[in-house]
Amino acid sequence: MSTAQPARDVRHTPDTRAVEPARRRRPDVRQSLVVGVVVLALLAIPWVLGTYAVMTFTKILIFAVLAMSVNLLTGIAGLPTLGQAAYFGVGAYAGALTAIHVSELGLVQLVVAVVAGVVAALLTGPVAIRARGVAFLMITLAIGEIAYSAAGRLHEITRGTDGLSGIPPVVAVPGAEGLRNQGFIYYYVLAVALIAYVLVAILLRSPLGLTLRGLRDNEARLRAVGYRTDSYALAAYVIAGGLAALAGSLWASSQRFVAPGDMGFQVAALALLCVIVGGVGSMWGACLGAMVVIFTRDYLGQMGFASGPLLLGILFVLAVYLLPKGIAGGPRQWGGWLRRLRKGAAGEVEV
Amino acid sequence: MIGWFDQNLVSMVDGVAYGLLLFTLAVGLSLVFGMMDVLNLAHGTLYLAGAYTAYALSDGSWTGLLIALVVGLLVGVLGGGLLAAAVAPLQGRGHLDQAALTLGISFIAAEIFLMFFPAETLSTAPPTALAGSITVLGYTYPLYRLVFIGVAGLLAALVYLAFERTSVGALVRATVADRDMVRAMGVDTRKILFGVFAFGAVLATVGGVLGAPILAPGPHVDQRVLVLSLVVVVIGGLGSVRGALLGALLIGQVQTLGVALFTDYAPFLLFGAMLFVLALRPQGLFATGKTA
Repeated sequence: MSTAQPARDVRHTPDTRAVEPARRRRPDVRQSLVVGVVVLALLAIPWVLGTYAVMTFTKILIFAVLAMSVNLLTGIAGLPTLGQAAYFGVGAYAGALTAIHVSELGLVQLVVAVVAGVVAALLTGPVAIRARGVAFLMITLAIGEIAYSAAGRLHEITRGTDGLSGIPPVVAVPGAEGLRNQGFIYYYVLAVALIAYVLVAILLRSPLGLTLRGLRDNEARLRAVGYRTDSYALAAYVIAGGLAALAGSLWASSQRFVAPGDMGFQVAALALLCVIVGGVGSMWGACLGAMVVIFTRDYLGQMGFASGPLLLGILFVLAVYLLPKGIAGGPRQWGGWLRRLRKGAAGEVEV
Repeated sequence: MIGWFDQNLVSMVDGVAYGLLLFTLAVGLSLVFGMMDVLNLAHGTLYLAGAYTAYALSDGSWTGLLIALVVGLLVGVLGGGLLAAAVAPLQGRGHLDQAALTLGISFIAAEIFLMFFPAETLSTAPPTALAGSITVLGYTYPLYRLVFIGVAGLLAALVYLAFERTSVGALVRATVADRDMVRAMGVDTRKILFGVFAFGAVLATVGGVLGAPILAPGPHVDQRVLVLSLVVVVIGGLGSVRGALLGALLIGQVQTLGVALFTDYAPFLLFGAMLFVLALRPQGLFATGKTA
């Protein structure tokens, strides 16, 4: 059929481009400049900052990957999750056990962790994707909590609440020595995180990524058009599970200790907070959110005027009230917020 | 078969007590969500507030328990009112914002608790008169659990009857089913919503006061309680009192009988129960016709 009208196809090509300017536009100079500066700044961190700051930035990068996983489900596919810590934990334990028993090579650990995360998501996902919206959130929360208590009880594998220690330093390149220096560990994590970011960006521009957005925006219509939406929801769940497990493996390599607390509710809540602070649906927003959240907990929390969790709680509340679209929503929302405040002061009630 | 019952009857009775405790928690969560479309992730915090109240005030005497109950009631009204007020500006903003807000509030509350109470699981004694064990037909039970089953069972029956048989209950059910229609009939649904929010909160805090000897207060107990209540709500169906009761009793058995019989697999039993129910009925046992 398509061979019958080649001329029309050619004539129509410019039109489709015009319809999707946001997706098809060439990367402009300013954007590439920002990307370049960010990458350079990330590369410079171990040269300019002290060990504690480099450690904090390592954690930020890992949480950025975890936040991307949460955002893929919550922001892109519209499936709000509080259970990604489970797959983060599965990846952390899988990576750590591989490092101890099989191979000190980073790539092997990452692959095993991702496979473990994918398998775990394949086993649990079908239950979660039966639901949407809040019910999905509830079920993922339950999955996370169950994974947490399982990690505490499966003593032969996880050594229970004592945690897995004695994880050897990760070897980045075959034949090289294990990474002990905090700066080198940072670079290892940075490299994997950047690759993960690029892969997620490619995924989001792929037909699958667009379908997942459709799942979020109008599932009924998508199903009516003939898509098996449950399969796409499961695909999103499994990819997000693998991504969370990747972050977990990086966590095991950088901390060299894994305990059930690493897959606890706090981690899941923290990852969701990263996404909300950064702006739901935006991947760079999620990464920026991770920076704000970890900085608040590990830096402001250390300064002594309030504990980390208390500050995080306050950050949650402030983010919801003041930044409805997150950091990625831009300064425009602040204008709206001020206007609303003025309106409220003028006695107008918003319904 | 009789031998099996013989060995596990005590666990099963424990399970009933645990299940009724879960019901007092889950029913508020379920109704508030079913009606207001509000997901309250600070619900476990309300239980914890009640349980800490019991720890602080319940000194083993009846007076102590009574004072703890009254204070717990006030804490519930106050906490429920505050939560309802905090969530009110988020109408129409979606569940994620509600989840984040109530989660943030629960984080803040947990830190405030830690300023007043030690960071460990605190054992709370039941009233001295109920502290011992009792032997019925050759089985020995902790007396408090039996009394708790009686009290919580009464509470559950009252909630159920109020919901199913009174006109206020009918109004609440109508609001769950179709808020706009009830509003169109001239009823101020906001008052009902607020009332149910406060009622659910009071049930959670009073449940905390009474449940402290069973599920002791401590760090992270709020999250455990929240997860258990959410599982009950998912199993029972959102916004259904009957579903909450049945789901709670089921999870109570899974958590006690299951732990006694299959100790190693206990965490997976909870998931398994949820899986089983959702596989049969994706909307929960008693769906209200509302989808999440």
